[in-house]
Amino acid sequence: MINYIIRRLLYVIPVLIGVNVLTFILFFVVNSPDDMARMQLGDKHVTQASIDNWKQQRGYDLPLLWNEESAGLSKASNTIFFTKSVGLFVFDLGISDNGRDIASDIGQRMWPSLAIAIPSLIIGVLVNITFSLLLIFYRGSFLEFAGVFFCIALMSISGLFYIIVGQLFVGKMLSLTPISGYVPGLDAIKFIILPVLIGVVSGLGSGVRWYRSLFLEESAKDYVRTAKAKGLSDLQVLFKHVLKNAMIPILTGIVVILPLLFMGSLITESFFGIPGLGSYTIDAITSQDFAIVRSMVFLGSFLYIIGLLLTDISYTLVDPRVRLD
Amino acid sequence: MLMPLWTDMAFFILMLGGLYLGWRSSKREHLRRPWKRVFKDTVGVVSLTVLLVFILIGLLDSIRFQQVTNTQSSQQDVISLLDVVLTPMRTQVEKTYSAPFSHTAYAKEMGVDKEGVAKRIYPRLKYGAAHLNNPVTDKFADILKKLMAGTGFSLLVWLGLMFILWGFNKRSFKFVQSKGTKSFLFTLLGVLMIVGAIASLSPFYHVLGTDKVGEDVLYQAIKSIRTGLVIGSLTTIVMLPIAISLGLMAGFFRGWVDDIIQYLYTTLSSIPGVLLIAAAILMAQVYMANNPELFTTVEDRADMRLLLLCIILGITSWTGLCRLLRAETLKIREMDYVLAARALGVGPIKILKRHVLPNVMHLVMITIALDFSGLVLAEAVLSYINIGVDPSTYSWGNMINTSRLEMAREPIVWWSLLAAFSFMFVLVLAANLFADSVRDAFDPRSNT
Repeated sequence: MINYIIRRLLYVIPVLIGVNVLTFILFFVVNSPDDMARMQLGDKHVTQASIDNWKQQRGYDLPLLWNEESAGLSKASNTIFFTKSVGLFVFDLGISDNGRDIASDIGQRMWPSLAIAIPSLIIGVLVNITFSLLLIFYRGSFLEFAGVFFCIALMSISGLFYIIVGQLFVGKMLSLTPISGYVPGLDAIKFIILPVLIGVVSGLGSGVRWYRSLFLEESAKDYVRTAKAKGLSDLQVLFKHVLKNAMIPILTGIVVILPLLFMGSLITESFFGIPGLGSYTIDAITSQDFAIVRSMVFLGSFLYIIGLLLTDISYTLVDPRVRLD
Repeated sequence: MLMPLWTDMAFFILMLGGLYLGWRSSKREHLRRPWKRVFKDTVGVVSLTVLLVFILIGLLDSIRFQQVTNTQSSQQDVISLLDVVLTPMRTQVEKTYSAPFSHTAYAKEMGVDKEGVAKRIYPRLKYGAAHLNNPVTDKFADILKKLMAGTGFSLLVWLGLMFILWGFNKRSFKFVQSKGTKSFLFTLLGVLMIVGAIASLSPFYHVLGTDKVGEDVLYQAIKSIRTGLVIGSLTTIVMLPIAISLGLMAGFFRGWVDDIIQYLYTTLSSIPGVLLIAAAILMAQVYMANNPELFTTVEDRADMRLLLLCIILGITSWTGLCRLLRAETLKIREMDYVLAARALGVGPIKILKRHVLPNVMHLVMITIALDFSGLVLAEAVLSYINIGVDPSTYSWGNMINTSRLEMAREPIVWWSLLAAFSFMFVLVLAANLFADSVRDAFDPRSNT
């Protein structure tokens, strides 16, 4: 088990190197360091001298991947790619291209993202499980057929529709919550309600269908028939046996997305003007801030792989039959 | 003269390929049986009929030719067959916004009222309800009359069709007794009635209003169908070969091949897809800005971007199916029949082709059906972050994006949003229901 975890953690390193190379290539095929400097200095009439100065300060005056002028090993190390990537592996994210400390930016912007992601996840899972249990309980009736059709209909509606209609009705017409924005502290609640609500509703269709299929699979097993044959009521079987056993795939499914909650949601955050990590990434892409994009992608892929590892471990914890080797 | 774009050709080739596959599978019992189940399922038949209507519109919109105009205009318009069908909608362009079925514009303008006094009034539209002298009182009755005429005509056409079928079936209604045929015929009636109603109303009214530059919103929504279909289908074609070949190879050969492929898809799937798409679209824009001579018209450029978007979406979305196929191949390679084939000296490529691939085809089938609806929805989101299709392309995402900016107006301009969302909803719902039906039929576990 310990061996397995160590091996998986070591596997993270080549993946992260690959991710880094890909991000680097994608970014610098599109724009050269000169373009970045011009964009950041913010004017069309920037002199070459000030561009060179900007590049010098931020270390973009080196060649991209291969330095012909250096000798020996530093041919590869004295480049933008190497100098910018090494820091990431010890989680030294450095400063962004407009001079802010990325790590402290992320530390600040993490909280609004979490404030929306965590309630959405918890409420979403509870609501989904409730509805799917209801569908299972009324199996074979018209209610189930209507419920499944309703789920597919909910799935077929664009996520943008939920956001726009939510903002229009709840925010604008009924004036129950602010349309967008965010303040730190306890006052944030009134800004959070609408995004969380919309997050839950937009995930309802696919969520209920997914949990329903898990419950269906579980209730087709022999132990359920045995329990029924012994005279347990449908409700007892559902809650004491089916729900308990179906919790294994449900929990492991949640564990895999837990680390990614930090990253926030790109669309929700930019629609509601929430200063989280999702909007941070989008802003960085539009303002071509390579340092931020690179750090966010690095962080995202790191968390993704940690999520996969956590899932494997949680399988062994909840189901002793699974062994890792 | 025909003037096809790249995506037109790809779309046609795809449809021909689909027909060929359908013909092939109709000759094999193990493929014919699940399809028969789909055709017996009411939901499956209804959703397939709706999808076919959408595909027909997309195909009509993909046949492009140069319009022969009498007027000596400097630029020659390339229009599609669909544009010809929708001529009244396409040409009746107002000045600016107008609400559905409205006879006046959305905004007040200086004008002369009935008493001849100059003041700010809502001006009459150039085309919308222009045939009525007194629209305030007559409009409702007129709309109702045209609606009845349109649907009535459709009903007559449908009854005529039924009569012909009745004649062909030796004067009996036996063919209606099959559940599939019955659902097909009634869906056809519904579609015909909608088409009839639109055909009779749209020369006189803007059924879904007009947008900022006065273009008919219904026309925009119908034109967007092709974009949605192209993104949903071409992307799958880009993704399939990568996913199938790598997935089968990883599962079958194990060892270092498996390691490399697993590394590839872990790396690729851990990068946020938005970043890949944004980088690729930016790259394309830079390339197009540097090589303007390659793209002579706006349409060419927009088409190239659409094609590129499909390719990028395909490259980012193969990992899921690849993982699925790898796991399935791992199971299949231990089966006795694979062992037997290997013992008889069959080469690995042949084993993959003849013994493994046919046994994972149901997974591929289900994934194609499910991915299609996801891609149609994704287009709208990508257009919102400006990394979707070209702003000049008709697409539901662009419609939503432009009208979103107008939400602050009073009264709200809601008709563009409604049109885009409802068209998207109908297409995606049909695709989802069809996918469900296909999955029930092809999933070996549900074969009861």
